Amino acid sequence: MKQLILIVLVLALGCRSEKKVEQSLLSATEAPSKDTREVEMPIEVFDFEGLKPLLHQTDDKIHVINFWATWCAPCIKELPYFERVGQEQAGTVEVTLVSLDMPGMWKKQLLPFIEKKKLQSTVVVLDDPKQNIWIPQIDDNWSGAIPATLIYTKNQRRFYEKPFTYEELVAEIDTFK
Amino acid sequence: MKAIKILGTCIVVVLVCAFAFNPRETDAYGYNIGDYATDFNLKNVDGNMISLGMYEDAKGFLVIFTCNTCPYAVAYEDRIIALDQKYRSKGVPVIAIMPNNPELKPGDSFSKMQERAEDKGFTFPYLIDEGQTVYPQYGATKTPHVYLLEKMADGNIVRYIGAIDDNYSDANAVEARFVENAVDEMLAGKPISEMTTRAIGCSIR
Repeated sequence: MKQLILIVLVLALGCRSEKKVEQSLLSATEAPSKDTREVEMPIEVFDFEGLKPLLHQTDDKIHVINFWATWCAPCIKELPYFERVGQEQAGTVEVTLVSLDMPGMWKKQLLPFIEKKKLQSTVVVLDDPKQNIWIPQIDDNWSGAIPATLIYTKNQRRFYEKPFTYEELVAEIDTFK
Repeated sequence: MKAIKILGTCIVVVLVCAFAFNPRETDAYGYNIGDYATDFNLKNVDGNMISLGMYEDAKGFLVIFTCNTCPYAVAYEDRIIALDQKYRSKGVPVIAIMPNNPELKPGDSFSKMQERAEDKGFTFPYLIDEGQTVYPQYGATKTPHVYLLEKMADGNIVRYIGAIDDNYSDANAVEARFVENAVDEMLAGKPISEMTTRAIGCSIR
């Protein structure tokens, strides 16, 4: 069963999957530093420094980075809109779902949720308790409430501390074209 | 010429109105450091109404927007109790306010608040923001969200806004105790070194 989840996730994660498998194999063979929870995670778990490159890619795509968690009801409500945009505008728009679920929820809530909803977008976990350090680095005006979304291209970036409807999301992405 | 003047006046009036009545477009939404915080009269889990004005001997208040249903709020419950125990005797009690609409979040209903306060042994008032009138004035966006107020002769001034400390997940791994530092500095009459901090929280709904 665990292998099946892994396969589904690896497929869903698309082009970066090779790197992920390598990393998870690598970390599985290395002595775990603090605890073993990351080794068993089939999706990537980043601290803020690890996440940073995803927030500053310089290709020609429109990157949509959504900060969410399984316990956040307005996040769950808008998630299908991000999924839909990612599929409808594949090639132009790349959606990344950054989960802020707490470590204790990863296996109990997050992974089952990803599987049940068959999420197609890349899902990563941001696990970095030093929120007062990294929140302002994502956006200086972000109070820390979620849902929150960063949309950027190599030329412009905007941050939204609010939930989206599908129409609003499409309209906002259009302003980056 | 007169017509131009009238037209000009109209434009100014329209612009002023447009800015004045759209709080999201200005900084008018919520308090900044140094603002006077409004008092309130909200129902506590014991059924009594609580307002800041009732605390005659207080030197200040830790007004904390929190709730039953947010994992971050739950993670901080014990630390909120500890703050009250440490600072109530020094004149800075915790006043917790539950800002969510229970119709949207049934787990935050008044009866569930009563249960939670009983189970956890809250030593502080746990008030419901019925009608959700108080949290927008403060500008709280999420739970938990802390406002440290200093009681002055002419009102309560906002001295600190933000997170309790710098590590929600592990109280033992905390390096910076933002709220404790702020209260200690306030009570010592010193300027507060870190007046605003940020943390992830659950959107108030």
